[in-house]
Amino acid sequence: MSTLHKHIIKTSNLSIGYASKKKKNTIASNLNIELTKGKLVCLLGKNGIGKSTLLRTLTKVQPALSGEIFINDCNLKDLNNLELSKSLSLVLTERLPENNLSVYELVALGRQPYTNWVGTLTEKDLHFIKTAFEQTNTTHLIKTKYYELSDGQLQKILIARALAQNTDIIVLDEPTAHLDLHHTIETFALLKKLASEFNKTIIVSTHEVNLALQLADELWLMTPSNFISGETEKLIVNNDLDTLFDSNLISFNKTLKQFTILKS
Amino acid sequence: MVSPIKSYKNTFVILFITLIIIFLINISLGSVYIPLKQIILSFFDGNVEKEAWKSIILHYRLPKAITAIIVGSGLSISGLLMQTLFRNPLAGPFVLGISSGASLGVAILILGASFLGANITSYAFTNWGQATAASIGAFLVLSAVILAALKVRNTMSILIIGLMFGSLTSAVISVLAYFSSANQLQQYLFWSFGSLGNLSWKEILALLIVYFIGIVLVVLIIKPLNSLLLGENYAKSMGVNVKRTRNITLIATSLLTGVITAFSGPIAFIGLAVPHLTKLLFTTSNHKTLLPAVAVSGAIIMLICDSISQLPSSEYTLPINAITSLFGAPIIIWLLVRKRKINY
Repeated sequence: MSTLHKHIIKTSNLSIGYASKKKKNTIASNLNIELTKGKLVCLLGKNGIGKSTLLRTLTKVQPALSGEIFINDCNLKDLNNLELSKSLSLVLTERLPENNLSVYELVALGRQPYTNWVGTLTEKDLHFIKTAFEQTNTTHLIKTKYYELSDGQLQKILIARALAQNTDIIVLDEPTAHLDLHHTIETFALLKKLASEFNKTIIVSTHEVNLALQLADELWLMTPSNFISGETEKLIVNNDLDTLFDSNLISFNKTLKQFTILKS
Repeated sequence: MVSPIKSYKNTFVILFITLIIIFLINISLGSVYIPLKQIILSFFDGNVEKEAWKSIILHYRLPKAITAIIVGSGLSISGLLMQTLFRNPLAGPFVLGISSGASLGVAILILGASFLGANITSYAFTNWGQATAASIGAFLVLSAVILAALKVRNTMSILIIGLMFGSLTSAVISVLAYFSSANQLQQYLFWSFGSLGNLSWKEILALLIVYFIGIVLVVLIIKPLNSLLLGENYAKSMGVNVKRTRNITLIATSLLTGVITAFSGPIAFIGLAVPHLTKLLFTTSNHKTLLPAVAVSGAIIMLICDSISQLPSSEYTLPINAITSLFGAPIIIWLLVRKRKINY
């Protein structure tokens, strides 16, 4: 039946890593991803395993070493920046440069792929901006300067900016890295809502494994030996999660569906 | 929900009125007193009481005031572009090595003149001669900086490369200066003071043409400049061709700063200070508002500096560079102390 599904993201024999003239540093290879629309996907793996590299490759920030990536059945190689910006938006971990942008202006920048040469906002643009604020419950913040926001508020505003860009796919690189438990859970709940209610495809790299296990529709596991992707339940049943961390101190508890610390 | 992006219409109206008033004050100042009515009459080819007044205004004061407007606005726009591109509040129009290149060109022309023979020596003392030397110097050093910039991915590295080229050229100038006569040194020193006067209408026309090409390029990149406020990765993810934007920004800055430096010398601090001052009035980062705001503010401040340098009702004219630095440096210090942080 899988042939009937239209894959929003599909990769075949993808190799990721860094290549220079002298040598090729492959980080992961043989990645075969098939993802359908409207899913919340969590990308898990320990530090330095290549989560960011995978996200950077999927979003065309860096080239693939080999293999193909298809976004909505279009080969990523054939899409230019502008075309890609209409189907894929980003929320990055990097700190924003200091400036005087208001929250409204920041979210409005998300409309850039659609506005004219000088960036005039049309009725349609205003509508998408308004919706983005509503979806993230941040309408009350529009008049503040973005540097006045708390980390939790800023994360929501960055998600609102990605929503204003009106793309099928939103990719987030460790969006909860600086957040407390309260805001981490709020952010994940928001992402879950965006996937289930608004049919967005959301790919998040995160270290919040236990939260991911409860909320994600699909998991992408980057383990030291290979790459495993699939529905969360299926991966739990297959004992795939045991391979995520090669440490004697952590183990996956199948009944709790959580990672726990082993007591020696 | 109405778009809550402020248009700053009133602030613009006030700025424009200020510009016109300062423009008229600037023209009415000088060693010869000329009544305001006669000044306005001479603009419109009316009958001016004394023919000498008309001549002073049309051939000396008006060209100087227009040069001040072009120089002030051009340098301020360049400064803003560099601050956005490098995301660094201390970037200015000269970070690409344009002033050091121009200085090197003029230094070689004036200080090296003794090695070159008499014909060129006499040419060296004309505006066109110095402008040509400054342009060639600026172009060569700028090309070197940009060639190096193409090799590096990191935009910050360009800033440092520009600074290094500045050190290199000032070293060469020091060596040239060491072997020069007092007369030549004085000539070079006068050029490095900067000057808004002495430009003929023909020279102003040349200045204007290049200035307008620069401005047109700037207008074309207003939108991508705004997305660069979020950093290069976000800009790219919003469909911006970052490399192309970076190149157009560099070209526009080179044209504006290059032609201004060629005709009026390396004028300090305006390009660095005016964008920060403007942001006190316009608390926005939107380039659609900031670019015209910075241009008008730059023109006003340059006219004020020029008026001060006249030493009202005296025969002396102070070096314009001294005035802009005296004015620019305290402002930056005051801004930092008051706000404890500057945005760009």
